[in-house]
Amino acid sequence: MTSDGTPTQSGRYPAGGHAFPHGSLTGIAQLERHEILYLLDEAEQWVDFNRQSEKHCDLLAGLTIINAFFENSTRTLLSFEIAGKRLGADVVNMHAAQSSVKKGETLIDTAITLNAMRADAIVIRHGSSGAVDLIASKVDCPVLNAGDGQHEHPTQALLDALALRHALEARGEGSEDFTGLTITICGDILHSRVARSNILCLQAMGASVRVCAPPALMPVGIERMGAEPFHDFDAALKGCDVAMMLRLQTERMSGQFIPSAREYHHLYGLTQHRLQRCAPDALVMHPGPMNRGVEIDSDVADMLDRSIITRQVEMGVAVRMACLDILTRKGRGLPGWQGDLGKGQWA
Amino acid sequence: MKQQRPLLITNGKVVTPDGVREQPIVCIDGRIAAVDASEAQGDVDTLDARGRIVAPGIVDLGVFAIDKPAFHFGGITRAALMPDQSPPLDLPSRVNYIAKSGKPDLWVHPLAAATQELSGEDLAEFALMREAGARGIATGRRWIADSGVMLRVLRYAAMLDLVVVSHAEDGGIAGEAVATAGEMATRLGLPSAPVEAEALAVARDIALAEMSGARLHFRQVTTRAALDLVRAAKARGVAVTAGVTPAHFMLSDLATGDFRTFARLSPPLREDSDRLAVVEAIGDGTIDVISSGHDPRGPEDKRLPFSDAEPGMAGAETLLAMTLSLVRDNVLSLERAFELLSANPARLLGVEAGTLEAGREADILLVDTDKPWVVSTARMTASAGNTPFDGQPVQGRAIAVVKGGVQVIAN
Repeated sequence: MTSDGTPTQSGRYPAGGHAFPHGSLTGIAQLERHEILYLLDEAEQWVDFNRQSEKHCDLLAGLTIINAFFENSTRTLLSFEIAGKRLGADVVNMHAAQSSVKKGETLIDTAITLNAMRADAIVIRHGSSGAVDLIASKVDCPVLNAGDGQHEHPTQALLDALALRHALEARGEGSEDFTGLTITICGDILHSRVARSNILCLQAMGASVRVCAPPALMPVGIERMGAEPFHDFDAALKGCDVAMMLRLQTERMSGQFIPSAREYHHLYGLTQHRLQRCAPDALVMHPGPMNRGVEIDSDVADMLDRSIITRQVEMGVAVRMACLDILTRKGRGLPGWQGDLGKGQWA
Repeated sequence: MKQQRPLLITNGKVVTPDGVREQPIVCIDGRIAAVDASEAQGDVDTLDARGRIVAPGIVDLGVFAIDKPAFHFGGITRAALMPDQSPPLDLPSRVNYIAKSGKPDLWVHPLAAATQELSGEDLAEFALMREAGARGIATGRRWIADSGVMLRVLRYAAMLDLVVVSHAEDGGIAGEAVATAGEMATRLGLPSAPVEAEALAVARDIALAEMSGARLHFRQVTTRAALDLVRAAKARGVAVTAGVTPAHFMLSDLATGDFRTFARLSPPLREDSDRLAVVEAIGDGTIDVISSGHDPRGPEDKRLPFSDAEPGMAGAETLLAMTLSLVRDNVLSLERAFELLSANPARLLGVEAGTLEAGREADILLVDTDKPWVVSTARMTASAGNTPFDGQPVQGRAIAVVKGGVQVIAN
């Protein structure tokens, strides 16, 4: 960050090259390792910015950002809204989940409509995997995936990585990536877009990833994504450096996947006792919202020296500011940004 | 469109069950009069095949829509229509209407709904629907979950000597799945079901067919485990047959990679090991029928997120070319290919077609097996161009179609 509030451009990419040659951010799967690191480096400056008393700049002044949420959300929507507003953009929230807009032609119609309104960036959350890719192919402005079905939630994975990097740095263990770390992700892996994005992101940064879930909540072929699957939580935690807990989606608990929350906690709840199986000083993460007493006990979630759950929330705003900044650079006429946008068929 | 004058097809390589023979064919009054020229006398029309293949018209078993231009392009002269229509084919009047709908240049053989409203509960009026023109009974797009109901369906159909066409997918396991459980579905985050959903359904229905003595045909068998079950059942003499569509021997779940909804099919595309098992089963005779599964879907059904899109593909135009690719790959002979496309489905339906023999209906194709063309959704004649083969170069095409002794199209 320069003294006038203008962000600096990282030197991580080759001269004349493109640090982030993507028009949209639809998933971690599309990103190379150096692109992930570049996004995290860019987000760092916004962490510092957000800790100032004056948290507003005009970097995106005059731009319109639409948060189109076809599925209910509180924290992700708020995080994107704050990110856009702190950058000076006009932010509009579209609560599509509360209207009759759910699927069908309406989704593409909505994309056409948003495109016609000349949004400068569109943030999408949708209940169907691939919906964001579909919209991104129909509009000619950057699209950010704020979670699509069971597919991906890339900004969550990026903010998790940033939070972890910060926590390690604070301990004096910081390094550019996570080589040598073992991270255990536990919970409803089957339905979790957070798990998928994190598996890809953490592995790209050098970590070994374990996933742990009861059989009904473990997707087939997860090992072919490079994650080591476990059904035994104690075994999965053994010696790990980070325990990343996922929310047990209580709406899916009507006897179809697991017998009860009580039994789930017995087998997969992160307790003080279980935490001792991890490496000494292992960190605890959770993307929220938490079911206290189900997947995680309060005395673990609130451990000041181990839990970085609130730090994850903080990093979320910074990561989203970085993403909005980077993806709109082409539209703002900044040189060196490729940005292969959608087809623009209705532009 | 009744045949007015005898038709003599000359200079063709005629595909018969016994091999490919260079001989003329004579058609009189809509039927094949002779597979030589002796009866061609007097005032006849002549169709010079110019060395091309002369084959029986394709009998497409289990289509979801009647799409005459696409069928004629693909060399399909008869189509057995699934009961999943709106309203479903569960009443004699509806069956009767459909049975007459394509004539004279395309014959439609309705498959009657096994249960009223295809609900899987109460039996429909099989006998009355048979009299109205139904050539088989089908469970529709869904599996009948209640084994007792399925057993009664099979027993009743056996009494009437109607084949039962079953959808082999355990509904309890499949649920709302849109993909096969595996790496691709996991990466894409798609609701998926394990391949065993098919084997379980096949195992149960084979057991019920053995109990009832019914003729059972699985419209699509797409996994190694289920094919092994069919193979074993055939070996012990069960009257079971299996079909497949080209998508399941040409494509694997990799085709769904970009959430491409044209590859959203039911059953879903499998991993490559199962695709290879299907090819193997075609070669060793476990698969009896190759059909198009023609199910054209408009953009309103396909331009959606993958799991919201409707399953199905427009398959009529590509059926012949994809099957001929198996001939070129030495998976099966040309004669055997037309057994799978024409003779076997005709036999299952009990219609006098499917082979080039004297006395059979004169449904005949002239096929240029080498003709190159490119599948293009934009140029398809089907009512919708949803094909997962878009852009694929292929070889082989029907260049003329004769239905009931009358040439209906020259491509």
